[in-house]
Amino acid sequence: MTALLRFDDLSKSFFGVSAVDGVTLDVPEYGVLGLIGENGAGKSTLMNMVGGVVEPSGGRMLWRGEPYAPRDAAEASARGVAFIHQELNLFFNLTVAENLFVDGFPKRFGLIDRGAIRRRAAELMEALDLDVSPDALIEDLSAGERQLVEIAKALHRDADLIIFDEPTTSLTPRETVRLFEVIGRLKAQGKTIIYISHVLGDVAALCTHIAVLRDGTLVEAAPAEAFTIPRMIHAMIGRELSGLFPARTARPAEETVFSVAALSQPGVIEDVSFEIKGGEILGLFGLMGSGRSELARILFGLDSHQGGAIAIDGRPLSGGARERIAAGLAFVTEDRRAEGLMMDAPIADNLSLVSIARFGRTPFAMIDTEAVEADTAAIADQVRLKAGNIRRQPAKSLSGGNQQKVVIGKWLMQNPRVFILDEPTRGVDVGAKYEIYVLADRLAAAGGAVLFISSEIEELMGVCDRILVMSQGEIVGGFDAPPFEQSAILSMAFRQAA
Amino acid sequence: MSEPARSVPRPLPVAGPGGAGARSAPPGIGRADGARAHGIAAGARHGILARLSRRAGDLLLSDYFVLYLSLAYVLVLLPFLPTLSNPANLSNVLSNMWPLLVVAVGQTFVLTIAGIDLSQGSVIGLASVVGGALLAVGGSGAVLENAPLWGTVLTEEGGPLAGVPYGLLVGIVAMLVTGAIIGLINGVSVAYLNMPPFMVTLVGLIGIGAFAIWLTQSENIRPLPDSFVELGKGDLVSVYLGAQDEPRIPRRQIYSFVTYPMVIALLIAIGAHLLLSRTVFGRYVYAIGANRRAAEISGVPVKRIIVAVFIISAVCAAAGSILYSARLEAGRPTLGEGAFLLDVVGAVVIGGTSLFGGKGKIIWTVWGVLFFVLLSNTLNLMNLSSFHIDMVKGGVILAAAMLDVLRTRLMRERAI
Repeated sequence: MTALLRFDDLSKSFFGVSAVDGVTLDVPEYGVLGLIGENGAGKSTLMNMVGGVVEPSGGRMLWRGEPYAPRDAAEASARGVAFIHQELNLFFNLTVAENLFVDGFPKRFGLIDRGAIRRRAAELMEALDLDVSPDALIEDLSAGERQLVEIAKALHRDADLIIFDEPTTSLTPRETVRLFEVIGRLKAQGKTIIYISHVLGDVAALCTHIAVLRDGTLVEAAPAEAFTIPRMIHAMIGRELSGLFPARTARPAEETVFSVAALSQPGVIEDVSFEIKGGEILGLFGLMGSGRSELARILFGLDSHQGGAIAIDGRPLSGGARERIAAGLAFVTEDRRAEGLMMDAPIADNLSLVSIARFGRTPFAMIDTEAVEADTAAIADQVRLKAGNIRRQPAKSLSGGNQQKVVIGKWLMQNPRVFILDEPTRGVDVGAKYEIYVLADRLAAAGGAVLFISSEIEELMGVCDRILVMSQGEIVGGFDAPPFEQSAILSMAFRQAA
Repeated sequence: MSEPARSVPRPLPVAGPGGAGARSAPPGIGRADGARAHGIAAGARHGILARLSRRAGDLLLSDYFVLYLSLAYVLVLLPFLPTLSNPANLSNVLSNMWPLLVVAVGQTFVLTIAGIDLSQGSVIGLASVVGGALLAVGGSGAVLENAPLWGTVLTEEGGPLAGVPYGLLVGIVAMLVTGAIIGLINGVSVAYLNMPPFMVTLVGLIGIGAFAIWLTQSENIRPLPDSFVELGKGDLVSVYLGAQDEPRIPRRQIYSFVTYPMVIALLIAIGAHLLLSRTVFGRYVYAIGANRRAAEISGVPVKRIIVAVFIISAVCAAAGSILYSARLEAGRPTLGEGAFLLDVVGAVVIGGTSLFGGKGKIIWTVWGVLFFVLLSNTLNLMNLSSFHIDMVKGGVILAAAMLDVLRTRLMRERAI
């Protein structure tokens, strides 16, 4: 098999710290290369060199045997590289057709030839089996449709190499299936694919070859058949992980800590009731749009509800987030960048934000700085944060997993009774996922109630005591005890969505 | 493709332990360790260069950077503008600094929550009219006869507080309350009605400014009582540098340095500094500026804090109005008009407070105001026209914005 692209002892260091170190690897033509590794392993830097965003500091790349050194993204694109980023590069206020042609509109008499754009866009949409009007605005499309538009852009530019960076994080299972069909079709059309993902099952199913990066070096590269998932994990983290999930240390107690009764909000959720006991982790599975995140926001008092009641230890909850935090509720939101962290602020300030009022001394609520420092340092230890100086280092310099630990840590400082975790492991690598599961278990072991919301069935099955399934704003059923069956959960989730 | 693990046996630590980790890392990986923050290639002279550039970086990130900049500016200009260091001029620079500082302190709070308060200028005008109308100890019908205030609040005998015991105190409180009410309206509009701060306070700037001018038909209110005027220029420490050959020293040769405005402004600045940097309230202000949604979810009383911040801003403007009015010895509706807001926002931004919120310090604002006042003063000494002066000021603010970008980038590089 010939190589479309070859990395030849390629290196890149930032400020003396190497991000990619001496990688030699072939990207086989017409193949699908799965690129895996923990966050910070060097996957993005490697791909940014291919995309012309970052210049190598050592070694070289060969494109069909010719030296390849793109000066910028435009040159890489002209050479035939298309990069489909996790955060898509689309203009939300423009139409599908306009987005496809944004780097060069066909003109007639000096004006944009709208007819030509629309025809070509419709062709591309058809090739991808995407039933969307070329005149639809990107902002009106679903996440999956947007991604297909991005792929259409790559086809339009006649790219030979298409790089996918974590393409499934914001897709529903059904959209994911469709994406894989499209990738299969691209491969059949003679495209070469590089597929980056944390979802190892997808990588195993989709890829013809797999390469594993760790700490900037290539650890293993082989045809996909040679890999099992445990072997991938072992290669990624360089040690055995005793199973994907930690053993649970707590058993649910008798007394109910968190109870939700007949909660309703027209058009959002309907008649949602459940209870969580002390020491229990209750899983809530739902597809995108099932109302799971909306339910979490209502529980936390961020959105209103019309009927029903929520209570902690029998005391009814009311008011907004502030009152509910005081009553013992904590909420790790699914979007830690927008809702969880102050990215530019030091880690310690993030950790102390929820509980800072506790450190205020009369008369003017002057902060007891020493106590804050001691407590934030203790919490950082407790969640096993991998960071330097937490009083100076900004939150955004951390990896995804460590950022999530900061979010969990800031709630831990408040000693909550009930934890709502909404997609706590999204965008987090395997090692950090495990640590988050350990944290969830410890929250429960301390007598708290945990509501674990996720769209990853496997992690719910591995971590939870019970699982509820939500669909179209309703709890459609539940599974009371392990072992859970994946297909039963999924079919229950799809029952109403169909 | 090679199958067996190609991992080079190297003790590389887990990615991301920060600066401290890198320093203690095994020598094998620290190829350009000393220069890592600056991207200087390892070479023979890299040690000195790296140290120099690290020093420059430290300076740029220091809380006192703009103070150093101000001192450097004075030193550079001194040979060309010897009058700059005259005691009379220095006294003048200081006296210009204090009222502006009081107003800028308020603006610092608003910028830190990623807002902006354009209404400060008109608050100064209205508060000045309110104070003047209440405190005036006389009045001239010839000047004010068309003003709505004349005959209703103001008469030939002055305002309702003229000669009243504790009248001065009541008048001052009235000015501050005027500011507080406007701040409350601004804050409620922004926090509870979700209106953009720029729009709300722009309307305030136009509407309230016009209202103040209408009240006096653009005339000044005077005379004001001596006790009030004293607030604007009363001095505690002054210098006389002439020869003592006469029994009486001529007033214009006494240069005041420690004045009431200085004491008032510094007290306000110190109080504001403590409030912003040491209290729970201050933490909430930063949190709202850094990420409002995260702050809300973390239980920060976002709306109440926003209202409080706009009240602080307007009350600071009213306090500035007291100092300006007293110095002018008149209640003047047009006091905060024109390019005044440029001075306030410019001074705060030059100090280093970010227009995007989440980043601001009172001490930065002190140096920003110092630099801005020095700039205005030196441009005046060069006999430039006011047009030229504003052009230069605009350029300097632009440079400050660029510097802010540089500082932010440097801070990011150091943190990682």
